[in-house]
Amino acid sequence: MTVGDAGSVGAEALAGEAALLAAEHEAPERDTGSGSRSHGLRQRLRKEAALAYALLLPALVLFGVFSFYPFFRNFKLMLYQTPPVPGLPAHYVGLHQIWPTISSTQFTQSLVTTVIFVVLVVPISLILGLALAVAAHRKLKGMAVYRMIFSSTVVSSVAVASVVFGTLLNPVVGLLPWLGINPNPPALESTTWALPSVAVITIWQFLGLSFIIMSAGLQSVPDELLEAARIDGATAWTRFWRMTVPLLSPTIFFAVVVSTIYAFQAFGAVDILIGNTNAARLHTNVLIYNIVNTLQIDNNPGAAAIMATVLFLIMLGLTIIQMRLLERRVSYAR
Amino acid sequence: MAQVNFDGATKRFGDTTAVDHLTLHIPDGELLVLLGSSGCGKTTALRLVAGLEDLSDGDVSIGDRIVNDVDPKDRDVAMVFQSYALYPHLTVAKNIEFPLRQRHVDKEERQAKVKRAAETLGLGTLLDRKPAQLSGGQRQRVALARAIVREPLVFLMDEPLSNLDAALRVQTRADIVELQARLATTTLYVTHDQVEAMTMGHRIAVMSEGKLQQVATPEDLYNKPANAFVAHFLGSPGMNLLEGMLVESGAPDGGAAGTLCVSFPGASVPLPPSVAQGVRGAGPDVVLGVRPESLRLSENGPIAATVIIVEILGAETHVICHTDSGARLIVRQAAHERRPAIGETVHIAVDADPGAYHLFDATTGVRLGEHAGATGGATSVGTAVGTAP
Amino acid sequence: MPADDVATTGAVAATGVAAGLADEAPETPRHKPRRRLRTIGSYALLTAGAIVVLFPIYVTIVNSLLVPDQLVQQPPPLFPTSPQWHNYVAAWTSGSMSKYMATSAIMTVSIVVGQLVTSILAAYAFAFLRFPFKRTLFVICLATLMIPLEVTFITNLDTVTSLHWFNTYEGLAVPFLATGFGIFLLRQAFLQIPRDLQEAAQLDGYGHLRFMTRVAVPLARPSLAALGVFSFLAAWNQYLWPLVATGGQTPLNTVQIGLKQLIGTQVSQIPVSLAGAVIAFVPLVILLLVFQKQLVRSLTAGAVK
Repeated sequence: MTVGDAGSVGAEALAGEAALLAAEHEAPERDTGSGSRSHGLRQRLRKEAALAYALLLPALVLFGVFSFYPFFRNFKLMLYQTPPVPGLPAHYVGLHQIWPTISSTQFTQSLVTTVIFVVLVVPISLILGLALAVAAHRKLKGMAVYRMIFSSTVVSSVAVASVVFGTLLNPVVGLLPWLGINPNPPALESTTWALPSVAVITIWQFLGLSFIIMSAGLQSVPDELLEAARIDGATAWTRFWRMTVPLLSPTIFFAVVVSTIYAFQAFGAVDILIGNTNAARLHTNVLIYNIVNTLQIDNNPGAAAIMATVLFLIMLGLTIIQMRLLERRVSYAR
Repeated sequence: MAQVNFDGATKRFGDTTAVDHLTLHIPDGELLVLLGSSGCGKTTALRLVAGLEDLSDGDVSIGDRIVNDVDPKDRDVAMVFQSYALYPHLTVAKNIEFPLRQRHVDKEERQAKVKRAAETLGLGTLLDRKPAQLSGGQRQRVALARAIVREPLVFLMDEPLSNLDAALRVQTRADIVELQARLATTTLYVTHDQVEAMTMGHRIAVMSEGKLQQVATPEDLYNKPANAFVAHFLGSPGMNLLEGMLVESGAPDGGAAGTLCVSFPGASVPLPPSVAQGVRGAGPDVVLGVRPESLRLSENGPIAATVIIVEILGAETHVICHTDSGARLIVRQAAHERRPAIGETVHIAVDADPGAYHLFDATTGVRLGEHAGATGGATSVGTAVGTAP
Repeated sequence: MPADDVATTGAVAATGVAAGLADEAPETPRHKPRRRLRTIGSYALLTAGAIVVLFPIYVTIVNSLLVPDQLVQQPPPLFPTSPQWHNYVAAWTSGSMSKYMATSAIMTVSIVVGQLVTSILAAYAFAFLRFPFKRTLFVICLATLMIPLEVTFITNLDTVTSLHWFNTYEGLAVPFLATGFGIFLLRQAFLQIPRDLQEAAQLDGYGHLRFMTRVAVPLARPSLAALGVFSFLAAWNQYLWPLVATGGQTPLNTVQIGLKQLIGTQVSQIPVSLAGAVIAFVPLVILLLVFQKQLVRSLTAGAVK
C-alpha cells in the first residue's frame, strides 16, 4: 500500500463528476456548426477538433495501453489456466476456473483476513483523525505546528513505516523488552498479533490523511452554526454530537470510503514485515498479497486476474455507495 | 479605419435567434451605440464583428472585405470587454504590450507604442503594477490602452463602463468620447444604459429580441421614435402610450372638415392640424404617444385621471395617474408647479406643439404620418442619416 | 469548541509544555479560570496527539544514531549520547541508499513531469476547445481512476516485458505518465479562467498553443503545484509496481524497495536500516514543509465540495 492510493480521494469526487456528466444530456455546445453554412467555418471547427485530439492523444494512448487494455484483458485471463508445471502453455478453461478460485480456502481466508484488517484500521484511524482535527480546530497559539505534525504521516511511505514499526515491535530491541512485554512468538510472527501489528502501522500511516480530511470538513462547517448553538445554551458535548458530527457526516462518510479502499489495498507492510517464510503468513495473507503470490509464486495469472476482479468489484461497490450518498447530498443541498 | 456593415446578419443558438437579419451600416469613423436591454442581441452582434461568434446567415464586412470566415485575429479589431479581460499574471505594461507581441513589431517600437498608449490614458505611473493592484477605473483604462495600442480598424466595446461606480462612469464616458473623436476609429459600443447611449453615440441602434428597431441620431431617436417600442424604451420615464381610435369629430358649426381626434373611453384628444393631415385615413385603431414633459395638469384638459403616486425628484416631479379607462399616464412637472394630492382627480392636457404628438399603428406599433422617422430598415442601408459631426 | 470534551480521554501529561504555550489574550476575571482550564485541556490533548504521532519517528532517529549494543540496553536511551553518524554513511554507501535514491529521483521526476505535461494538454482541450465526443472522452479519462493498479499490474507486467522495459526506467515510469486525477484538477483550474481572457487573446492573434503557454498555464500555477506535489508523493512512495516491475532483487531498485533489502534480521543491522529509512523519508518531509498547502489541497480535492 502506498500513499499514492490517496489518489482515491480524488477518485471519489471524480466518480461523482463522471456520473453527473454522464447523466447530463449531450447538450449542444453552443452551436458547433448546425446553423453555420460556410466552408471556412467548418474548416476552422475541424482544425479546432484536430488540435483537441492531438492534445488528448498522449493521455489517451497511455490510458488505453496501461489502464483499459489491462482492465479488459483481465477478463480474458480469467478464462485461462496455467498448469502448475513450469514451461507448459496456458490453456482455455472458460468459466471453470472462476468458482474454484473464489471458493478456495486460500482465497476465502484471504478475504476474511482483509475484512478483519479493514475493520481494525478504518474506525480507529478515523476516530483518531477526527479527535485530532477537532482539537486542532481551536484558534490557539502554535496550532500551525500541531497541524503540521498531525498531517505529517501522510507523506510516510509504507516501507519507511514498516522499518520504523518493525524496530518498535522488535522483541529484543528497545521498548517492548523494557516494558516487560515479551510475547512469544514475537508480535510479527504470532498468528494472533501479526495482523493487528500491521493494522497499527496502517493506522499510523493513514492518520495524517484522516486528519487532513476531517480538518477540511470542519473548516467547511460554518462557525455561526456552532456559535448559535452556544448562545442557545448547548453544552460543548451536545454541540459536538448534535451539531458537529451531523454537519460533518458527509466528510465522515467520505473518509470511511477512502480509508476502506485504502485498507483493502494493503500490501507493502505485509510484504516487508511478514513475508513468505513467516509462521503468521496465513493470518496476514491480505488480498493483494495473495494476488501477487498467485501471480509470481504460483505463476497463475488466471487465478490472479479472478481475485483482482473481485477486489475491483468491492472497490466499485464502495464507490457507487459513495456516489449515491453524494447525489442525495447534492439534492439535499438544493 | 474602416466602415462596418451588417447585411442580413443572423445568429441562431439552437432554437433561439439572438440576432435576426440585422442590416446596419456604420460609416468610417462613427461611434455607433448598440442599445437594448439584456438579451436583446446587442452583444452577440458585437461578437459577430469580432469573429467570436460565427454567423448563421447573412454577411458581416469590415472595410470592403466580407469577414464571415475570417479568423478573429485577422480582422484587425480590438475589443474592450465588460470584465476588461486583463491578464492577472502580467503587469500593466505587459498587458498593453500583449497584442503587439503577436504582430512582429520589434521590441523598441513595441515599448514606444506601449508608452504612448499608457500616456494617452494616464497610466504612466502604473506600468509595473499587476491588475489586482489597480482600481476599477484604472483597470478599465488599461483595457482601453490595450485596445488602442494596436491601432485597429475597429473598436468593439462591450459595456465597458458597467463595472464602474456612477461618478467614475460619467468621467470615463467623456474620456472615451474624446479618445474616439481624436483617433477617429470606427467604434461599436454596446450598452443597456440609455444615458450612456444618448451622450456618447453619434448614432444609436436600438435592438429588441434580436431585431433592429431603429437607428438614428440621439435627437431623432428621442423626437421621432420609429415605433412604440423605441418610444417607450427611451426616456426616463418612457413615453406614455394610450390606445385609442382616430375619430373625425364634426365641426360644431356643421362645417365641412371636422377635427381629427384620438378618442378613448371618456376622453378625446384633438390632434393639431399638421399632425392630423399626416395620419388622416390611417387606423382607426392607433396608439397615441406623448412624452411626460408634453403633458400638463390643466383644468380644461381633455383627459380625466386619478393621481396614484407623486414622485418628487427635486428638479422635477413625476405625477403618476390612472385614466378612467385604466391607462397609466406619467406627467412631468417642473418643481415650482402645484403638486396634486394623491387620490385627487385631475385633468390632463397635451401641449399644442405638433412635435408632442406621436401616433403609432395599434397592430404593428409602427409610427404613422409625416413625422414617421426612418425605421431601421429604411435608414440603415446605404444612407447614413445624421452621421458623425 | 468541543475539543476539550473529547479531551476527556486524552487528559494526560504534558500540561507543563501546554501551560508554557498557553498565554492567550487577557480575559475577564470571571471567565478566566474556566477558559484557562479549557485551553490547558486543549493543549494537553494536542500534545498527547503530537507525541503519539511523532514518537515512532523520534525513536527511529535516535536508534539510527546508536551503536547496535545500545539498542538492547534497558531502559532504552532517549538521546543518542554519542551519535554514530557513520550509520548514515553506511546506509548511503554500502547500503546502496545513494543508488536507490537516484533511481527513485529519476523515476519520480519523470512521472511528475510526464503527468504535468499530459494533464495540461488534455485539460486544456477539455476546458477550451470544441470537438465531438468531448464529454464521452472526459468520462473515459475519469474512469481510469476507477481502475486500481491492483487490477492492471498483472497485464502491465506482460506489456512492459514485451516492450523490453522490464527492470528499466521506462518500465518504472511510463505506465504512470498520464493521470485522470491531474486532468480533472487542471480542467477545473482552466475553467476558472474567464472566457473573456481567451477571447481577448484570440483577437490579439494568439493561437491556442500560445494562449496555453502564455496565459492558461501561468494562471493555473496553484493547481499545477498541487498536482505536482501530489504526483511526487504518490510516485516516490510507490511500492507494488516498482517491486514487480524490477523483480525486487535487481540494481534498479527504488528507495522503497531498497529499504526492504536493507532490513536485516540481525540487531547489528538495525541502526543502518533505520538510517536508510530516515534518508528515504527526508525528501518527503521537505516536501511537506514547503508545500503543505498544495498537498492538502490536492488530497482534499474531492472531500469538501
